[in-house]
Amino acid sequence: MNRYALWQYLIIAVSLLLGLLYTLPNFYGESPAVQISPLRTSASTDTALLQRVEDALKQANLGTDGMLLEEGSIKVRFADTETQIKAKDLLESTLGNDYITALNLLPNSPQWLTDLGALPMYLGLDLRGGVHFMLAVDMEGAHEKSLDRYSADIRGKLREQKISYAGLEKQAKKLTLKFRDAESRTKAEAELKSNYPDLGFKEENVDSRYHLVATIKSEALARMQESAVLQNITTLRNRVNELGVAEPIIQKAGTDRVIVQLPGVQDTAKAKDILGRTATLEVRMVDDEHDLDAALQGKVPAGTELYEERGGSPVLVKKQVLLTGEHITDAQSGFDKDNQPAVHLNLDNGGSRIFKQLTRDNVGKRMAILLIEKNKAEVITAPVIREEIGGGRVQISGRMTSREARDVALLLRAGALAAPMDIIEERTVGPSLGAENIARGYNSTLYGFLGVAIFIAIYYTAFGMISVVALAMNLLLLVGLLSIMQATLTLPGMAALALTVGMAIDANVLINERIRDELRAGASPQLAIHAGFERAFGTIVDSNITTLIAGIALFAFGSGPVKGFAVVLCLGIMTSVFTATFVSRGMVNLIYGNRRLDHVPIGKIWIPEQNKTNQRTALARSKASEESIDIQNRVTKQLEAKTEVIQQADLDVQAESSERKPGKAKNKRKSSDTKQPKAD
Amino acid sequence: MEFFRFNHNIPFMRWRRAGAVISIVTFALSVFFITTKGLNLGVDFTGGTVLEVSYNQAADLEKVRGVLTDLGMSDASVQNFGTSREVLIRLPIKPEVSSAQLSETVMSALRQADSSVEMKRVEFVGPQVGAELLENGALALLFVSLGIVAYLAVRFEWKFGVSGIIANLHDVVIIVGCFAFFQWEFSLTVLAAILAILGYSVNESVVIFDRIRENFRKYRKASITEVIDSAITETMSRTIITHGSTQMVVIAMLLFGGEVLHYFALALTIGILFGIYSSIMVGSSIIMLLGVKREDLVKIEKKPLENDGAVV
Repeated sequence: MNRYALWQYLIIAVSLLLGLLYTLPNFYGESPAVQISPLRTSASTDTALLQRVEDALKQANLGTDGMLLEEGSIKVRFADTETQIKAKDLLESTLGNDYITALNLLPNSPQWLTDLGALPMYLGLDLRGGVHFMLAVDMEGAHEKSLDRYSADIRGKLREQKISYAGLEKQAKKLTLKFRDAESRTKAEAELKSNYPDLGFKEENVDSRYHLVATIKSEALARMQESAVLQNITTLRNRVNELGVAEPIIQKAGTDRVIVQLPGVQDTAKAKDILGRTATLEVRMVDDEHDLDAALQGKVPAGTELYEERGGSPVLVKKQVLLTGEHITDAQSGFDKDNQPAVHLNLDNGGSRIFKQLTRDNVGKRMAILLIEKNKAEVITAPVIREEIGGGRVQISGRMTSREARDVALLLRAGALAAPMDIIEERTVGPSLGAENIARGYNSTLYGFLGVAIFIAIYYTAFGMISVVALAMNLLLLVGLLSIMQATLTLPGMAALALTVGMAIDANVLINERIRDELRAGASPQLAIHAGFERAFGTIVDSNITTLIAGIALFAFGSGPVKGFAVVLCLGIMTSVFTATFVSRGMVNLIYGNRRLDHVPIGKIWIPEQNKTNQRTALARSKASEESIDIQNRVTKQLEAKTEVIQQADLDVQAESSERKPGKAKNKRKSSDTKQPKAD
Repeated sequence: MEFFRFNHNIPFMRWRRAGAVISIVTFALSVFFITTKGLNLGVDFTGGTVLEVSYNQAADLEKVRGVLTDLGMSDASVQNFGTSREVLIRLPIKPEVSSAQLSETVMSALRQADSSVEMKRVEFVGPQVGAELLENGALALLFVSLGIVAYLAVRFEWKFGVSGIIANLHDVVIIVGCFAFFQWEFSLTVLAAILAILGYSVNESVVIFDRIRENFRKYRKASITEVIDSAITETMSRTIITHGSTQMVVIAMLLFGGEVLHYFALALTIGILFGIYSSIMVGSSIIMLLGVKREDLVKIEKKPLENDGAVV
């Protein structure tokens, strides 16, 4: 009765093998590496580049532990972090701006494992060190910004169509257009409606004035939010690329949030600086008509703002934005014809058109180029427009150092954010703490496991050993499964791994206690083993499902590290049910299944006084039923034999106390039935 | 080897009055401390900035405080964390300063005062995130509770579902009460520990309930008290061994897990200890109080028996 078919042993063997195979890569560790990938599509990574990298390293006498070219990037391994950092600096200067040179860690597992797809688990930031940011997109800001854009567009449109209007005001998320007569309002409404489908228009009459109120439609607003978040993600990715991080994670979270994870980043100040900057460029006109001195006294004229130009002198700038940084396609730092540091911009078609018109209309006047960072605007330069500038090539120069020029170019190139973003959560873990955390999680699991293993092995002797082997296999399968899934391991995840060890043993304890119960009640060894496993199964499933419910809730509502905990907990429950019931049963069957047992090696069993008398009859009973099964084994080639045995079993049962009769009879019949196919 | 040798059933149910007094008193005390002292909520829930830094030698906390006061952050809390070389600095939320600047300003000021300082960890949680995490935590607790009640109600009977969850929420309140009394930091990981322990402790009730159902069938003539007592007595050994094993792992975490896992392990420890008590005394007492009857279980059990019945 305690036998497994070959396929059942095979399942165990295969899962053990897979577990071993996929757990293995986690033990090889990682070695420092430098990763080179192209920043622009124009730059390619090929064997020529590989040769360049190799030559450069050879010249500098920096030894490598191997190089490989895969998935469009080159990875170079080094023996230690010191060489790695030296090599990074060297390669950065050799390869120039077209490539990202980033520090990385590469798994040391042998090639054949990698070919099998066996990769180590991905370590979370709390284990490897790095920065985690959660940024919230300021939707209010995005709304405002797009209203600003619409107001500039509407002005242009009305001027183009020669529709006269008395004014345009932006307030409380709506644009109010003022007209002198109803006729021009009707004309304007028709014109604007056909041009701006995303805007809703409403006519209002205030004090015999003809107003047209424009608001952004709610569905357009939703679409705008979506695209603002997506554009911000693209922008962030560009910026992160400029930072040179090997495996950044930039993903959308919820409707208006973005998560940025930069593993291994040590200069967090720079990372925050680059990410947090929401630089955008605005071109506006300088107001030279009003009195600057009066403005300096605090009387800033309506429709203008007072700024300080880089380098000192104050300047009055009109509020109306003529061109924004969204139209910039490329920005490079360089020098102007006077050899002053400058930023060269390329504008897209729309931008070029606007810029051409703007310069044509304002020859002789001053325009201001503003760099807006984190709601702080700064006039970089306020040059006089000498002539119409077409072709979309713009050069900004004005009292800046070449370093500043490079920074501005980088920020502008990396793109403007569609909407301002704020860091609402930050978790930075230094590299030394990461290594400590790994040791903490590893030691907790190791010593926890050893403690449980020693105790269980002493308490349940041979069956305890089997439980310990099953527990070890549980751990193996769990780590293997996490590696296959390429799950991210965090410190709470490691805690869950340790906790799984402590909780998974419950299933084995339940089984072993059940077997002892059966023996105490007088069952024969083989019967007791069989009944112990069968009866404990329901309880094991029941009790694990409740923990699973908790795990699922943690996964659904948890964030970040707690999610990691939940994943390990849930998987651990599943593997533990498998190993405790199926695998340990398999081991018991393999070792004890095929022979006559005088006793079960499950520790010395104490039998209570009151049971001792019952036990004698019970023993006789179970002997009889075991014999009946044995008889059956030998003779059940024919159907008649089987029915006879069952009848005999039923007769036996009738002799027993009435209390147990029904269940037992059923049980016996059941076991005879289950036995049947095997005997055949 | 066998730890537990009971010749007769232990009359647990006879002590249920005493159990009720213990439970009500600890429960009331917990609620009292939670409401009066309040929880020492971690940065995850309150929002704010936490900086962990380490020095080459034992850190001079007064000096660190001085540096912070010079920066105008006299409301910062500075304390040792784990060892004397490590310092934990907590800064409350300041609406006017952005998080990014805050931690950098502090770090550079500390570096000026002592160049050996090394940044180990920075955590900043904005106020809206903190509120959300708290809300999600509460939702998770609710979800787990309802899920467990529903599962136990389907698998056993509603009375078991209700008693199981009351017994275990009683544990949760006591864990939270301990955190309030000792003013231990209540963080996101502690919340995870509490939810895990909720699922784990219910195991205990499930095992006992399973045995009660079985014994209802087995001892047809026994009274309900006898059935419950016998179920608890028979599962006693398993209860202690399982919890002992889990506790061993938790002790390993307390010893080797460092500061981050410290409160996590502490919450688990309280949960494990009270879990034993509550599923024995509280859960079973409540099903008696709710008037459990043999028919409640035996009736439901008829059907499944035909299909998957016990084997031997």
